[in-house]
Amino acid sequence: MADRAFDTRRLPGAATLAIACFAILYLPMVILVANSFNEGRVIGQWEGLSLHWYGKALQNEAFVAAAKTSLILATLAAMIATITATMAALATTRTRGFKGEGAIHITLNQPIMVPEIVLAIALLIIIAQIKQATGYSGLGYLVIAHSAFCIPFAYMPIRARLEGMDLTLETAAADLYASRFYAFRKVTLPLLAPAILAGFMLAFVISLDDVVISDFLKSPGQDTLPTYLLGELKRNLTSEIYAISSLLLLISVLIVGGSWLLTRKKT
Amino acid sequence: MDAQAQEIRSDTLRRWGLALPAVTIITLFSILPLVVVVIYSFLAPGDFGGVRWQLSVEGWFSVLFERDIFDDTVTLSDAHLTILGRSVALSLATTVITLILGVPTAWFIATRPARQRAFWLFLITIPFWTNLLVRTIAVQEMIRSEGVFNNLFLSVGLIDAPIQMMFTNFAVLVGMAYVFLPLMVLPVYAAIEKFDFRLAEASYDLYASRLYCLRKVILPLVRPGIIAGSILVFVPSLGAYVTPRIMGGGKSMMLGNLIEMQFGQGRNWPLGAALSLTLTALVLVALVWYTRLTAGKRRG
Repeated sequence: MADRAFDTRRLPGAATLAIACFAILYLPMVILVANSFNEGRVIGQWEGLSLHWYGKALQNEAFVAAAKTSLILATLAAMIATITATMAALATTRTRGFKGEGAIHITLNQPIMVPEIVLAIALLIIIAQIKQATGYSGLGYLVIAHSAFCIPFAYMPIRARLEGMDLTLETAAADLYASRFYAFRKVTLPLLAPAILAGFMLAFVISLDDVVISDFLKSPGQDTLPTYLLGELKRNLTSEIYAISSLLLLISVLIVGGSWLLTRKKT
Repeated sequence: MDAQAQEIRSDTLRRWGLALPAVTIITLFSILPLVVVVIYSFLAPGDFGGVRWQLSVEGWFSVLFERDIFDDTVTLSDAHLTILGRSVALSLATTVITLILGVPTAWFIATRPARQRAFWLFLITIPFWTNLLVRTIAVQEMIRSEGVFNNLFLSVGLIDAPIQMMFTNFAVLVGMAYVFLPLMVLPVYAAIEKFDFRLAEASYDLYASRLYCLRKVILPLVRPGIIAGSILVFVPSLGAYVTPRIMGGGKSMMLGNLIEMQFGQGRNWPLGAALSLTLTALVLVALVWYTRLTAGKRRG
């Protein structure tokens, strides 16, 4: 009877399905990357290992321009989103409630509740008219639109951190006659820094990931990496597309890996 | 007393001041555009896209019905109903597939020793953070006519000609299940990880069968995670645009693609606006249902 003490954590078939799940997730990505290293022109016919398509992509002006646009856009949008979200998080936490708190909360979460395609259409209607009226067609529209839908993602980790934060240190600073700003700069901000960084990275990735809104709002010559990829995909499936996709994949691996190492040190 | 009221007032003002930049950006670039969509849905379509400033419910009417050009008879719009039905059906199917694959995976990760857990979780977060378009391209390579599966089947001699899998409901389903799978695993994992397995042990000690324990002890406590995961998969599936566009093309459109079409070739902006709001309403219904379900749990 004693050996009937079975493991409660065992669920028959779970391991098999889990391994299948990981295989399903990774097989397409591995094949994508493998294809990008294929010397040959025809996808699926292996003609030897080469970096040919990466070289080709790097010489491709349109790709380099798109990469630059993506980088500038994601950096600016994530910065605006993180700064405004930090301020908003400071406003909505550590309070016994104030007039309009609910309204602020709903507003800050609104962009994630609306499907992306709807937001894209809605922005297109408005921004097409502003473009016509002002004559300005720069990157500003994309920056501000990206900031708007990145704010909730930056707001979440910062708010969570503030809510879990110990107030005694700030009280101590105040007891020692630190001004409100001084206490914020010397006590709150350093404690909040990891969450702000996490919020920034989240916002950066969300902006970099966006296809639909960028595709609808961009003026000619404002392709981002995803919209460039989408445009190329419409024409022809080439190994260069796979090389560019692999580069984007590499970026996410680096960002996830980086944040993983950052948080691992903490625990 | 007055001083205290003053203090509350200045605190409220200070907090509003801090929140103002974020609130302004979202109001101007996310809420206001939606208000314009609501207005546009009640206007008449312009001849070359855009709208004519004339009150009309034709846009809303066309979401479900169509009028015969010759004799004005009103019939249900087959094309729109098909797309609406497909969007809901494929989103539900995507949710079910990700549940079947995602829940055991979450279980598997949550029951690993703590040190290994981080590694498996890391493997889920990489696709989670990888560009949606890139992942769609990756899954497309598997099932397109000259893709991995067809090449494999051809070389083995299983088939003589490539199976046309792209641009079908199947392709859209495969694509969405692939790209949204990580969204299911993470919340379910969080729920299982919190589960105290001593409760399961206790139920076994009391002669509960494995199935009974799963149903009566484990499932009720893990359910919030499963519901959260289902919502996280269902909502973006319903509004999906990029994945159905690549996997389904013009043949297997979803609501998102139909909306885009009205602002492109279709040139019927009011209809596009009404469809957008229909989609938003469907999403909100799912979200409200979710909050009520979880709020009910907490109270009960």
